[in-house]
Amino acid sequence: MYVGNYGKDPGLGRAGVRSWPYHLLVLCVLLNPFTPLSLTFLKMRRMDLISFQRCHVLCSLYPLAMGLLLDSHRRRALARLLLRLNTPLCVVSYVAGVVWFLALAFSPLTQNTYISENAMGSTMVEEQFEGGEHALSYARDFIAQRRKTGNLPVAWLERTMRSVGLEVYSQSFSRTLPFPDETHERYMVSGTNVYGILRAPRAASTESLVLIVPSSPGTLNAQAVGLLLSLAAYFRSQIYWAKDIIFLVTEHDLLGTEAWLEAYHDVNITGMQSSALRGRAGAIQAAVALELNSDVVTSLDVAVEGLNGQLPNLDLLNLFHAFCQKEALLCTLQGKLQHSDWASLGGSLHGLQTLMLMVLRQASGRPHGPHGLFLRYHVEAITLRGINSFRQYKYDMTAVGKTLEGMFRKLNNLLERLHQSYFFYLLPSLSRFVSIGLYMPAIGFLLFIPGLKALELWVKLNKVDFSPEEQLGPLQLVGQDVRGVALTPLVAPVLISQATGLALYLLPVMGQHVAAQHFPVAEAEAVVLTLLAIYVAGLALPHSTHRVVSSTPRGPDSGWMALKLLALLYLALQLGCISLFNFSLGFLLAVTMVPAAALTQPSGPRLLYAVLLVLVSPGATLLGSLFLWRELQEAPLTLAEGWQLFLGALAQGVLDHHLYGALLFPLLSLGLYPCWLLFWNVLFWK
Amino acid sequence: MAAPLVLHLLLALLLGSGGRSGAEPERDSLREELVLTPLPSGDVSATFQFRTRWDSELQLEGVSHYRLFPKVLGQLISKYSVQELHLSLTQGFWRTRFWGQPFLQAPAGAELWVWFQDSVVDVDKSWKELSNILSGIFCASLNFIDSTNTVTPTASFKPLGLANGTNHHFLRYAVLPREVVCTENLTPWKKLLPCSSKAGLSVLLKAERLFHTSYHSQAVHIRPVCRDAHCVSVSWELRQTLTVVFDAFTTGQGKKDWSLFRMFSRTITEACPLASQSHIYVDISRNSQENETLEVSPPPTSTYQAVVLGDRRTYAVYDLLNPATFSGSRSLNLQLRWKQFQDIGSQLVPFLHAQRYVSGYGLQKGELSTVLHNTHPYRAFPVLLLETVPWYLRLYVHTLAITTKGKENKPSYIHYQPAQDRLRPHLLEMLIQLPANSVTKVSIQFERALLKWTEYTPDPNHGFYVSPSVLSALVPNLVGAKPANWEESPLFSTMFPVSDSSSYFVRLYTEPLLVNLPTPDFSMPYNVICLTCTVVAVCYGSFYNLLTRTFHLEEPKRSRLVRIAVKNK
Repeated sequence: MYVGNYGKDPGLGRAGVRSWPYHLLVLCVLLNPFTPLSLTFLKMRRMDLISFQRCHVLCSLYPLAMGLLLDSHRRRALARLLLRLNTPLCVVSYVAGVVWFLALAFSPLTQNTYISENAMGSTMVEEQFEGGEHALSYARDFIAQRRKTGNLPVAWLERTMRSVGLEVYSQSFSRTLPFPDETHERYMVSGTNVYGILRAPRAASTESLVLIVPSSPGTLNAQAVGLLLSLAAYFRSQIYWAKDIIFLVTEHDLLGTEAWLEAYHDVNITGMQSSALRGRAGAIQAAVALELNSDVVTSLDVAVEGLNGQLPNLDLLNLFHAFCQKEALLCTLQGKLQHSDWASLGGSLHGLQTLMLMVLRQASGRPHGPHGLFLRYHVEAITLRGINSFRQYKYDMTAVGKTLEGMFRKLNNLLERLHQSYFFYLLPSLSRFVSIGLYMPAIGFLLFIPGLKALELWVKLNKVDFSPEEQLGPLQLVGQDVRGVALTPLVAPVLISQATGLALYLLPVMGQHVAAQHFPVAEAEAVVLTLLAIYVAGLALPHSTHRVVSSTPRGPDSGWMALKLLALLYLALQLGCISLFNFSLGFLLAVTMVPAAALTQPSGPRLLYAVLLVLVSPGATLLGSLFLWRELQEAPLTLAEGWQLFLGALAQGVLDHHLYGALLFPLLSLGLYPCWLLFWNVLFWK
Repeated sequence: MAAPLVLHLLLALLLGSGGRSGAEPERDSLREELVLTPLPSGDVSATFQFRTRWDSELQLEGVSHYRLFPKVLGQLISKYSVQELHLSLTQGFWRTRFWGQPFLQAPAGAELWVWFQDSVVDVDKSWKELSNILSGIFCASLNFIDSTNTVTPTASFKPLGLANGTNHHFLRYAVLPREVVCTENLTPWKKLLPCSSKAGLSVLLKAERLFHTSYHSQAVHIRPVCRDAHCVSVSWELRQTLTVVFDAFTTGQGKKDWSLFRMFSRTITEACPLASQSHIYVDISRNSQENETLEVSPPPTSTYQAVVLGDRRTYAVYDLLNPATFSGSRSLNLQLRWKQFQDIGSQLVPFLHAQRYVSGYGLQKGELSTVLHNTHPYRAFPVLLLETVPWYLRLYVHTLAITTKGKENKPSYIHYQPAQDRLRPHLLEMLIQLPANSVTKVSIQFERALLKWTEYTPDPNHGFYVSPSVLSALVPNLVGAKPANWEESPLFSTMFPVSDSSSYFVRLYTEPLLVNLPTPDFSMPYNVICLTCTVVAVCYGSFYNLLTRTFHLEEPKRSRLVRIAVKNK
């Protein structure tokens, strides 16, 4: 008779003692891109069906894998298999990840976009805006007034807005930057935002829409201001509004927008000083930012990427695309027109180019337009930019105005916030998209590698357990805790690399004045140079860590193996989390760091490994991305230009963190750079 | 001598009790009134008031003969022992800052507050039944009033009419901010009028114009009032008010001139035959300065000057019962023409106005902020603030902060009733002193609760409404007011009882709020996820068990007793 004897099985007895690492490892491998964080995401932003089903399929694999592992015989067999097939599996997985990503632009993986929101779908409106000439005359007045006052003509704007029947308010703000911003040439910034509210009749100001035009000394956006005023005048005379509409003109582009948004939501995140807002209009449902600098446009470019890679609901973009088609406007994404023939190879490659541009932009985590700052407040927003190139066919302000009118009338019909469509997507063109369920496997494959490598290391570290001829009883094994990972030698490298990361995060901005006093550099340069200096100084760390680390009595390899195991798990965890909220950044880092991390060991061609590691360090990835970016835009960089751009990007990255709360800089300096240093330590392990 | 008497009797019989020359004086009377006020922003507000007064003890059973007073309301009062009833249905928001102080503001949506008589045993039951019946009468969703949105304010809502005691346990107050008001609510309201919409001022009440406005508020107020100056016996008063604000900008193409016809697409031809008084007042206060800025036509028969809402105002009066009003033509089409319109919107900010908003971001926490402005140059005055917050916003009372000019402002009275999940809302009442020329911010943090999945509305991503704060205050007058004869003065100035001559009572409402709660995705994927999660959870245990067990044959062990038994066989 067969009796299950769970408690008596010797293998299980042992597993009971030391089963948690297996659980952890297997979970890491299987659930890497699908950590429980996704559940929190799901609550607010929609993932889709496919990715979740995949997650559950993997979940159901988990007991299977655990079952295999916890049984001693099967475990040994599996371990042998794992050791033998590890390298080929890793190679296959990496290739699969990269190929999957490249295939995203091709037709089975992309879908046509469609409007999911019912309230915006079926209503047919005829746009009747005819105020294009009016907009241009407003724009001319605006330029004249601007020239007269020297900065934003607040009084004129208030007067004009009031004359078209809006409730007008203004808000003054000031902000001292952590260090001078050289690209925008500003340090102590103070400005005024002006906004007018169109009150919807018979509505209690619970909901509103925003039309925002940034106007700063560099880019005046006079025509956009003109169009805003002209649209305001036209909208005011209509009776169908159900939501209040806020017409906002901000100064100092994103700084003004941030100041206004913080004041509107009565929070202070970035240390902005601003006067309180006196007029509000309830919960903002959607926002459209407009940038126009010419009287006529040849095309409209749309920007979606927001702060920290957040994207607006796809329906907002679909709405814009629908009106592009209705008004027969030329609309571009990432400055790229849509290829006429999608199915052809050329079309797909064109789509891939656009998609790569989007990935690079999203990975940068910068707001690409004023809309990017709205996304934090759960306000769906996009930026429209008028482009005036050398094409022959030009559109006037009326055409652009009609597009905006149509969009606002449809948004006005919304019964709920935009939530029906995707929040996570990649765009190979305006009319096609890749959903999260289809792009996540790319990073899943890549993150499989650190998991596999970590398993291999774990197996090696516990080598004795798995040698086939070994017939040790469970009691003997439990008694010996010689095998396994000794954690104490790892404390020093981990602490030191984390401390370096902390220094990288804090010192450049804190020590800028000291640096500027002792060296002949300006503050902004001092920040960038300190940043680079600390970054490079980190490379010398392995020599100092070894002094701290006492030699281990274990096997000669166990030290670096343990460190590498830890570093691999740390890397996989970080990349997994990053890829959840910013797929592009996660993928970009994974595709570079993962192979180098997997290869690194203190033996073999160490010089080659060292070069490879340096090439994939976060800083080098940034530099490489800049070159790739310009290459894709068909404006290649020379080395010197690239270096200048790189220095500028570093300063901008730090500034973005302090001004808008961008997370890229702390993420790299506190998370990935220390992790990378651990691998560097592994490489130079003695 | 006999013949006229017989004639007289005959006449009385023919006309019934409705005849004006009845032997017995009428016990009920109707006054109708329309006030047209050009607002500081250039818009025009029109306030209709219809007052039916009945010298009868409605509370006593057995009143069965109704003339002007609507029977449906009269029966309601006697059945549920109602002391006072105030119901308003409003679409839009009165913008105090730009439109000035209203005669009577109402919050967006539906508002109902009722004082029951102290003879009522189960107030909650009466309240529930009453709101359901009113829901039927006015075609409004008042049946959604339940314990989760009903509160019992302790100080903010005092009886407006005669009252013996003010034990607030007999008061119930509820607001439904989501209620949408439309023609279906207007029709039953009009039916309560003695002349319906057939004659008198009510001919102007055409839905297609009334709902073409920026603000529309209709209300019913029932209260007991003194029958005469000695106040020995009680009369019942039913006031039906309707306030609309016409947007001068869209209707007038930039011009601020208006006429009755342009606003209502009707003119007035007669007064309601049942009315004992029928007046139209036009606010021409801005004319009484040194130069003539506006012109009203036809010229008024008389003017009326009074201190209204703290300021001296002049009204042109048109008496519709006076045939001279219609002497020129058969119909009265009031017109107002601006000779010079000066935009004084920024100067004429009312002394008390407020604003309310939700601050913070994210779906976990937030903050409710109410900003109170006292723009009086030198007088401080107290404000009674009432906040009703639904239970799914969990208030952190320790974060309640009241700051004026950067300093903490301690309320002199505070009453807080915490919410109970799914049972009752938070109620917070405070008496706050507003210093002269100051801005006071009242803020309190909250956490957004996760609802059960059946508790979400069909459109959960729209957000959840929080009813407006209520501000009740005695605002100081600019000029001293003389106490006027209550029964003689126009209706618009007698809504609230006047306590003294130096201040006037104002009740203001802030805008309602829309708060987003953490909402699951209620679409198809969500259901699929729920299903797969369940399946996985069920499968997991059995799979795990199956895979981690090893099965092998075991020798049957026999106990010693069995062995001995076998051996001995």
